[in-house]
Amino acid sequence: MFPKPIEKSAPWVQTAYKLSLPIALILWLLPLIGIAMTSVRPAADLAAGNYFGMPSGFAGVENYSAVFKNSNIGYYILNSFKVTLPTVLFAVGLSCLSGFALAVYKFKSNLIVFFMFVAGNFVPFQILAIPVRDLSVQLGLYNTTMGLVMFHVAFQTGFCTLFMRNFIKSLPFALVESARVEGVSEFKIFWHIVLPLMRPAIAALSVLVFTFIWNDYFWATVMAQDASVKPVTAGMNELKGQYKVAWELISAASIIAALPPVAMFFLMQKHFIAGLTLGATKG
Amino acid sequence: MAQQAVRNSFWKTNQKALAPWLFLAPGMIMFLIYVIFPIIESIYISFFNWDGLAPAHISQLTSKEFVGLGNYRDLLDDDSFYTSLWNNLKWLVLYMLAVPIGLFVALFLNQKVPGIRLYKSLFFFPFVISQVVVGLLFSWFYAPGFGPLYAIIKSMTGSETAILASDTMATYGIILAGLWPQTAYCMILYLTGLNNINPEQVEAARMDGARGLTLLWNIILPQLRPATFIAIVVTVIGSLRSFDLVSIMTGGGPYGSTRVLSYFMFEQALSEYGTAMGYGAAIAFVLFAIMMIFISFFIYRMLQQERNS
Repeated sequence: MFPKPIEKSAPWVQTAYKLSLPIALILWLLPLIGIAMTSVRPAADLAAGNYFGMPSGFAGVENYSAVFKNSNIGYYILNSFKVTLPTVLFAVGLSCLSGFALAVYKFKSNLIVFFMFVAGNFVPFQILAIPVRDLSVQLGLYNTTMGLVMFHVAFQTGFCTLFMRNFIKSLPFALVESARVEGVSEFKIFWHIVLPLMRPAIAALSVLVFTFIWNDYFWATVMAQDASVKPVTAGMNELKGQYKVAWELISAASIIAALPPVAMFFLMQKHFIAGLTLGATKG
Repeated sequence: MAQQAVRNSFWKTNQKALAPWLFLAPGMIMFLIYVIFPIIESIYISFFNWDGLAPAHISQLTSKEFVGLGNYRDLLDDDSFYTSLWNNLKWLVLYMLAVPIGLFVALFLNQKVPGIRLYKSLFFFPFVISQVVVGLLFSWFYAPGFGPLYAIIKSMTGSETAILASDTMATYGIILAGLWPQTAYCMILYLTGLNNINPEQVEAARMDGARGLTLLWNIILPQLRPATFIAIVVTVIGSLRSFDLVSIMTGGGPYGSTRVLSYFMFEQALSEYGTAMGYGAAIAFVLFAIMMIFISFFIYRMLQQERNS
């Protein structure tokens, strides 16, 4: 283990380490703690210049309900779910298929197709934006949830295929071989033998894609105009303009917008980290 | 009946050759339509002078006029282009700090004391939050008059600095905000890497008297190479993709000083007042070309790994 395990150090070093942990954490999360505190401050505090001191009272309920009452944030959150959940379902579904194809079959253009997915996944969004928006307009999908979902599914398929393909490659290939000898059809091999083993990968990808899509801002801005379509990231920009200096409301809205992916992360932490760090240990 | 039999035997004999393409078809068609073709189309558009009015009227765009490399020539005369390019370089260089800092935090947290798991997750926390929220958090952090950082700088130097309103400092302020989640990402990559280090090798090196930095440099870092590679890939790509923070924190200002290529393109072609499609496509292509240098290198490395395994 590196660095040297702290329990082998002198007692005072151990104590110092244990003390330094919470201090480092508070410093690290200072912007977040600040926003959380601000979101429960009465507006009068801010007007009186009390930004750091103890809040003069707890106004959390007022602030949060004010945000819901006089802004569209409820719709924005709902829109985000309407975009995110179908995207997760279809992106993960399609990439189970394509990842399987690239991991199990040897054919000439296998690596070319694979690297097309990998490279496409890294390109800047701006090189796609004009044609994608144009295409969406022509298909009647501009400024619709469906338009956003279609694009996200297609784009995420790149990353998801990379992920699935590498995961399936790490499974024992003998399983597929022996099924083939028995005469099991290719689709049944996928459905009955490989897919059940992919559960951890499916879980990991789902949480990752959920977070990526929920947090997407660029496409939310480019592809959605109306409050009935706008995801919460694009909506936040609007709220920022609406509230201007009412930081207690902006803070509360920020916390609300951040909550779903944060909840997802804490509930599915193991899968989330497994997904994110795939490839960090081997290769 | 006979036809059915023929079809069956055709399927039987060619199943293994056809199956991969059937499995690939749905994902690949989507990817071609929404990613590969648009790249080509954007490059094509960049050779035209093409003005649209607003997104709502996109279908009634004015006709395109072929201008060859005209848009690219205009870019070379555009000061905003150089500002953006220069800022992209700042992003690229400074963003790389996330890698060593991430390693440092990972080393700090790689212990087994009670509650350490919770500490690790809380340190990772910034990465889970959307950049829009990160941008708002830091805007508040820097806010003149009451932002904590503003107050700290004032108490230390006595000067009143509004970081995001200063055309010399705003970009650095935004990059610092970006480093926060990016460092968390690199940290988690390194924590996983450290978890998988070969303990016997480390012990053997310790027996030989290797300590501290020597041990880190000669034994630990070589074993962390896969983590370092991925950390560099995601950091380079992340730095060149930077858009959200610029848009939220300054909107390219003050005086366009925080523009990066991605945001400059957005202003020109996609925003409410952006109508220059051809010009925007040319900017996007420049950014794309820069990123392709890195992407090609990554792909080359991955290809080598594929060949070795």
